[in-house]
Amino acid sequence: MDRRRFLLGAAPVGLATLVTAGCARGPGVQGHSYAPSYFRPSEWEFVQAAVGRLIPGDGPGPGGVEAGVPEFIDRQMELPYGHGSYFYMKGPFHPDSPATLGYQLRFTPREIYRQGIEEANAAARASHGIDFARLEAARQDEFLESMEKGLLAFATVPAPALFDQLLENTREGYFCDPIHGGNRDMVAWRWIGFPGARADFTDWIDQAGVKYPYGPVSIGGAHT
Amino acid sequence: MTTPRKLRPVDAVIIGFGWTGAILAKTLTDAGLHVVALERGPARDTAPDFEYPRIADELRHGIRGELWQPLASETVTVRHAVNDTAVPYRKYGSFVLGNGVGGAGVHWNGMLWRASPEDLRFRSHIQERYGKHFIPPEMTIQDYPVSFEELEPHFDHFEKVCGTSGSAGNLRGTLRSGGNPFEGPRSDEFPTPPLPAIHAAQLFEKASAQLGYRAFPLPAANSSAAFTNPYGVRLGPCNLCGYCERFGCFLYSKASPQTTILPVLAARPNLEVRTGAYVTRILQDSSKKRATGVLYVDANGQELEQPADLVVLSAFQMHNVRLLLLSGIGTPYDPSTGTGVVGKNYAYQMCGITTAFFSEDTHINPFIGAGAAGLRAIDDFNSDHYDHSKVGFIGGATIYAGATGGRPIEQMLLPPTSPRWGAAWKAAIRRHYRHSAPVTLQGTVMSYRDRYLSLDPTYKDKYGIPLLRITFDWHDNEYRMAAYTASKMEEIVRHMKPQTQATLLLKPGNHYDTRIYQSTHTTGGAIMGSNPVSSVINRYSQSWDLPNLFIYGASAFPQNIGYNPTGLLAGLAYFSADKLKGSYLKSPGPLVSA
Repeated sequence: MDRRRFLLGAAPVGLATLVTAGCARGPGVQGHSYAPSYFRPSEWEFVQAAVGRLIPGDGPGPGGVEAGVPEFIDRQMELPYGHGSYFYMKGPFHPDSPATLGYQLRFTPREIYRQGIEEANAAARASHGIDFARLEAARQDEFLESMEKGLLAFATVPAPALFDQLLENTREGYFCDPIHGGNRDMVAWRWIGFPGARADFTDWIDQAGVKYPYGPVSIGGAHT
Repeated sequence: MTTPRKLRPVDAVIIGFGWTGAILAKTLTDAGLHVVALERGPARDTAPDFEYPRIADELRHGIRGELWQPLASETVTVRHAVNDTAVPYRKYGSFVLGNGVGGAGVHWNGMLWRASPEDLRFRSHIQERYGKHFIPPEMTIQDYPVSFEELEPHFDHFEKVCGTSGSAGNLRGTLRSGGNPFEGPRSDEFPTPPLPAIHAAQLFEKASAQLGYRAFPLPAANSSAAFTNPYGVRLGPCNLCGYCERFGCFLYSKASPQTTILPVLAARPNLEVRTGAYVTRILQDSSKKRATGVLYVDANGQELEQPADLVVLSAFQMHNVRLLLLSGIGTPYDPSTGTGVVGKNYAYQMCGITTAFFSEDTHINPFIGAGAAGLRAIDDFNSDHYDHSKVGFIGGATIYAGATGGRPIEQMLLPPTSPRWGAAWKAAIRRHYRHSAPVTLQGTVMSYRDRYLSLDPTYKDKYGIPLLRITFDWHDNEYRMAAYTASKMEEIVRHMKPQTQATLLLKPGNHYDTRIYQSTHTTGGAIMGSNPVSSVINRYSQSWDLPNLFIYGASAFPQNIGYNPTGLLAGLAYFSADKLKGSYLKSPGPLVSA
């Protein structure tokens, strides 16, 4: 028995094994309902649609929605992070400072989503007559790209700020430990071959260059 | 305003309980002094704060930075030029600041370098080798008032305290293969042998050898074996867990104050550590010749005065400078005249990265790694290890290879042709994650007349006290240094035979960018020198203005080196500690006459 298994013995391995066995092969989204706590229904639709394009579910590999990214983002909004508690948020604000001096908006992540999604949907209605979430996938991609490049002008939140917030949180939710609500069943870790919270490579120190054979483990004790 | 409650006087008060605070706490309590250490962050120890599995959480520690200084309470402001308006560093990017017991010594990489001998007399060395006019007039570089030979025993001691793994390249003047041939003579081998190279480092080692460069194990404060340090504290072997820098070590392998010094201090009745204690001012007597103690706000928000005979300022580089400015100690630096000393010669590091993208049969396994152990480096193009007469700059960079954990939110490496999102991004992460490797250059930054630290006129911390303001941007010397060393780095990477490679490098016109992590090796502002006109502290880290104030950390560096700073700043602290023990405590007063 290796040290890792020994350490994991402290976690509820029985339960973890059960959970893994039940979900290991099926798409994680099935049978998993989540009611958002922060996002309102129209915002929730927007987040799911946007995450579904940033990391699409079609083609090989897990999509952002099935990996639980929207749930991750919603949970983050209720934590100090969402409230901007990790950032220096005192004014005065100089949003026109050189981009190289970093984030200079007065909005917390919660505010970026609340205000930004409303303005994005207003822009989608103005150009396409419907909310972003109702657009076809190809139109959604075009819309996201316009946001990313700053080709859309929103009233208060700059479109690239909403886009950057979404992309940053989407990547976080895709690759984080499942304890945070994203990367459900460690799907993103298995997709890229990252062993997660394994954190012990004693047996591989002398095997540099040899393919690492073991799947990921999570903080909660799930393993593959 | 109420008068702060005055506490019972103590022999010494320490401000900031990271590496140098711990070193001085040991020295002063060894000597029998009654010491109070004030640390503004929380108490932290391996158990329970860094325990597995909860520590292995990239989002919590690597991205949100649970161990870092909360910027909401206090940050710095940044501007590129003297006449610009600075704006706050609102989110972490360019550098990460420590917080709590152990300071940044908890979540550092553990790259434990010594300075090169010529780094310590850089101005004189350059002038002797290349002529009096080789240094441009706006470049304000200076010599250290202490030599490599004087510091060597202290470098050696600190390496032993840390159970450092590595391989000597110059043992008492004899060059030895496998180590750094450019290092100054060391009096002893590393306390523990190097860990084997991880795969990216193996490929780098081989490519470097083909080009005639001499790669060696990067000196690592990640112990490779069970080791008992000179204080009787035990460290355990590193397992290349991948949760090193940005994390606390759960294995007692990475040296931190917690794993090397604090266990010895824990039971000492003459040391009291007060956490949640935010020092707002160093107090002076009316003659301004003597520090009388400090003013601080405790965890309950109560303002207290702690009188002390000796004041040790051992916070992070930036905080040292800010506290001097807030306390009115020394003359603030004025860039328009080039006079004054506090805030002078702020410097940083110039970094670059070349990523090698290999075919799918090359298994890099980027998640196997530590902050320093398992990496390989070359020192051929750092300091003045090569002829600068025709390259158009001074200084240089260490170049090292290998990932430090391949944590996918922060450390996913993709070719610049890959999109940032969408189906093609999803395909690219699978294709490249296990098969790409970074090679990094960490370069010197010289000091300049127009790069300095001062108090911000607008922005305040949570107590309404002015923030520190950084005025910094790159100069031509640094762009040229980066371009030159990057060309060497790219050549090495080509010899590693990747399918493609891509380099990230700052070029003229690229301003200092606070959004992207580069280095936490900020330096200067309370520099060490041979006289009070050009420096804040003397060779023993003693304030020229207040002889009972000693200041430690990278704030002492007159310009920045192409190495990580911890080895040098710890060496300077132990050198000073020796003098405190041997001379100052017996007969307090100036140790160098001004």
